[in-house]
Amino acid sequence: MQNGKVIGGPLLVADSISLAFGGVKALSNISLEIREHEILAIIGPNGAGKTSMLNVINGFYHPQEGTITFKGETRRRMRPHHAAEQGIARTFQNVALFKGMSTLDNIMTGRLLKMKRSLWWQPIWWGPAEREEIEHREFVERIIDFLEIQAIRKTPVGRLPYGLQKRVELGRALAMEPDLLLLDEPMAGMNVEEKEDMCRFILDVNDEFGTTIALIEHDMGVVMDISDRVVVLDYGRKIGDGPPDEVRRDPEVIKAYLGEAH
Amino acid sequence: MAVIDIVERPAQRSAAPQDSTALDTFPKLLLHHAATRGARPAVREKDYGIWQSWSWSQVADEVEALAGGLLAMGFRRGDKVAVIGDNRPRLYWAISATQALGGIPVPIYQDSIADEMAYVLDHAEVRFAVAEDQEQVDKLIAVKDRCPLLETIIFDDPRGMRHYAYPFLHDYETVQKEGRNWAASHPGFFPESVAQTRGADPSIILYTSGTTGRPKGVVLSYDNLLKTAKNALDFEGLGEQEDILSYLPMAWIGEHIFSYAQAHVAGFCINCPESQATVMTDLREIGPTYFFAPPRIFENILTQVMIRMEDASWLKQKMFQFFLGHARRVGTRILDKEKVSTFDRLLYGLGAILVYGPLKNTLGLSRIRVAYTAGEAIGPDLFTFYRSLGVNLKQLYGMTESSVFICIQPDGQVKPDTVGPPIKDVEVRIDSDTGEVLFRSPGAFVAYYKAPEATNETKRPDGWVHTGDAGFFDADGHLKIIDRAKDVGRLEDGTLFAPKYIENKLKFFPFIKEAVAFGNARPYAAAFINIDLQAVGNWAERRGIPYGSYQELAAAPQVYALIKDCVEKVNRDLSTEPDVAGSQIRRFLVLHKELDADDGELTRTRKVRRGFIAERYRPLVDALYSGADTGRIETEVTFEDGRKGLIKAELRIEEAATFPAASNEQIRLRKAS
Repeated sequence: MQNGKVIGGPLLVADSISLAFGGVKALSNISLEIREHEILAIIGPNGAGKTSMLNVINGFYHPQEGTITFKGETRRRMRPHHAAEQGIARTFQNVALFKGMSTLDNIMTGRLLKMKRSLWWQPIWWGPAEREEIEHREFVERIIDFLEIQAIRKTPVGRLPYGLQKRVELGRALAMEPDLLLLDEPMAGMNVEEKEDMCRFILDVNDEFGTTIALIEHDMGVVMDISDRVVVLDYGRKIGDGPPDEVRRDPEVIKAYLGEAH
Repeated sequence: MAVIDIVERPAQRSAAPQDSTALDTFPKLLLHHAATRGARPAVREKDYGIWQSWSWSQVADEVEALAGGLLAMGFRRGDKVAVIGDNRPRLYWAISATQALGGIPVPIYQDSIADEMAYVLDHAEVRFAVAEDQEQVDKLIAVKDRCPLLETIIFDDPRGMRHYAYPFLHDYETVQKEGRNWAASHPGFFPESVAQTRGADPSIILYTSGTTGRPKGVVLSYDNLLKTAKNALDFEGLGEQEDILSYLPMAWIGEHIFSYAQAHVAGFCINCPESQATVMTDLREIGPTYFFAPPRIFENILTQVMIRMEDASWLKQKMFQFFLGHARRVGTRILDKEKVSTFDRLLYGLGAILVYGPLKNTLGLSRIRVAYTAGEAIGPDLFTFYRSLGVNLKQLYGMTESSVFICIQPDGQVKPDTVGPPIKDVEVRIDSDTGEVLFRSPGAFVAYYKAPEATNETKRPDGWVHTGDAGFFDADGHLKIIDRAKDVGRLEDGTLFAPKYIENKLKFFPFIKEAVAFGNARPYAAAFINIDLQAVGNWAERRGIPYGSYQELAAAPQVYALIKDCVEKVNRDLSTEPDVAGSQIRRFLVLHKELDADDGELTRTRKVRRGFIAERYRPLVDALYSGADTGRIETEVTFEDGRKGLIKAELRIEEAATFPAASNEQIRLRKAS
């Protein structure tokens, strides 16, 4: 499956990131890099700072110390929509979709940043706005086809089972044509079959579009199977970084996360 | 409308030189349509949310390109090509291209596991395989070592296979591109090749799923399929303006005759749904005029309607109930053009505006001219429901070996429990000793592939084909099928025991999905029941019965009570039929898992494999006859990805009340009252 895949240079470099909320140190002095075309898994026990790290990467949290360099551009302060414009998309641990809107409309919202027609054109259906809408709709239809969710195209998202909602959320993130895709526990609360589907989609996204993916996941089987590299966090510190097999054997990682061998 | 005349061929194969211009094969028909109705739609497929269509001339062009590509890869006349996948235009074209080159297509069920696939590939000596996607390609690669003759695999959808570096694997588009180059350097190769095809040639090999043993490859000739397809079209008056939804497995004869043979003969348009999951939506969008579905699909549709109606407002529910009641009283009679009072007609007309029309529109059945059901018995209530709405639903009788059509119910003479009289050119008789149904027709298959013994056993030298079904003709000359001849047995006391007859009566209840009856050489009849998760789940939800899984729901005492009620109703029904009154169900249990084709419990066409089930669940069958209150069972199950697991269960066995057999006198009185 992984054959023929070329992992490039660093796409995003986080250098000595520290983040604190009042007295709570969420992240301390974390450096990690995400390389082009790879699938990076960030693992760690609850409260280790995994989601905080994702939030720092997409500009939602501002670290007190350290720098983030994305596509060679270093930033200190940034807002999430800047990250989105630069090509970082994400999904959330708790599904964050518009429940009353259909699958199709939810994914269309992922195209908003790509819509160029001004407020003056939008209310007039005919003409440039229409052509633009059709273009975007076509793109969204390709995503629907890719994620095999044709049957729920017109179904309000709130009525869908959790596993499918997760898939729609992935679809919306894909609609932004991201260079870097951040997935926060994409498989939490899914059954075995749904997990397998999701794994396949993640691998396919990585393979077909060359999208770089950083994901947080608790299911070790999944992590070991699909990721090229694993970063382990514990109490806001980085305690491991390497290919899955290496990390699996690391005594410190075993102690912190996988449980001690008895 | 212009249904093409098929030149009658003399009975003797050697007599009279062949006329190469006769439209006696599908590739010839394809070229004929491309020339005479080139701009009319031949195929539609919903893709990216839009119905894409191809005209007959475009189809001919696509088929030619693929045929050229196959030749460029070394295709020889007589080669077999496996076609595996959901209903996709390109897979239909693969069938056409193979036939145009004088090869034989072998469609394989897309949900077959790799082992089943290997058997067919090997047995049919397949050299080329055209597969839909990665799922099918992976299976083919897994078994390729076991099928030395399989040389080339062509795939339609490249997704996920970017890194597959197998030299024998080719993209459909690349093959077509090669084919266009081939056509440029070999002008006229296509029509020349097509002209060489003959009506008596084998047209296709279809492997029957078979309730016992290995599948058998049924060889059907162009004559078989074309003549039968044409007779049925003429019988119903169908033509080029029809629209049909092609959603059943391509390896199944029914799908092949409706979506391929009849589409080629009449020149009508086939419509491929977007995916298996969207069939109901696509059905509504297309609104086919000609439709086939096995009873379970009609049942699913009805179940969904009824469940949704329960959520409707009070007024709507009342209106729905009132007009459906009225339709039940007069609807079928109006459809059959019988005498109905003016008031009832007017009321029915009002119902059509308020209820029937919108309902049919929602279901995608408003344009239906002819709808068929077959394969399994259909419940009388279900059957009458559709007919009373004005949907011309009819039953037919047929099998792979007969190119489908043996009997069709004529308009105006439709009965829920018969399959109608034989159609044109088909002779049917009942074997006086065994009660088996025999037929002789132009559609009777050529042979089972590489199985001369099995062929002789089924198709006798005098041309009569043994169907293996037990049945009889009723007073109007309509055929009535009761069971597989070999399955009809007797209880210990000699009472007639027709398991399928009992199972069908059970399955007519929406709560029961499958049933397996036991009783041959036993003291009494007993049954396994499979609940219908959707219907029972909904029922449980409305009553606040909690359940976490299928297994839990199936074991709930309330569900047992519900099923017991159904079983007793069946027993009461059986008691009114003197022949089978003795085979009422004394004991039953509700199975903890759904019977599944992946576990070998059902055939791919979802027929119960009774012998296999009896063997697999032997401890439970023993418990049914031992007087024990419970039965214990461990079963191996196959998950969708092919892994296996073990599930254990202890199942409760329930007794059902039986009823004294009614005498003929009582039955008459009951009917009169």
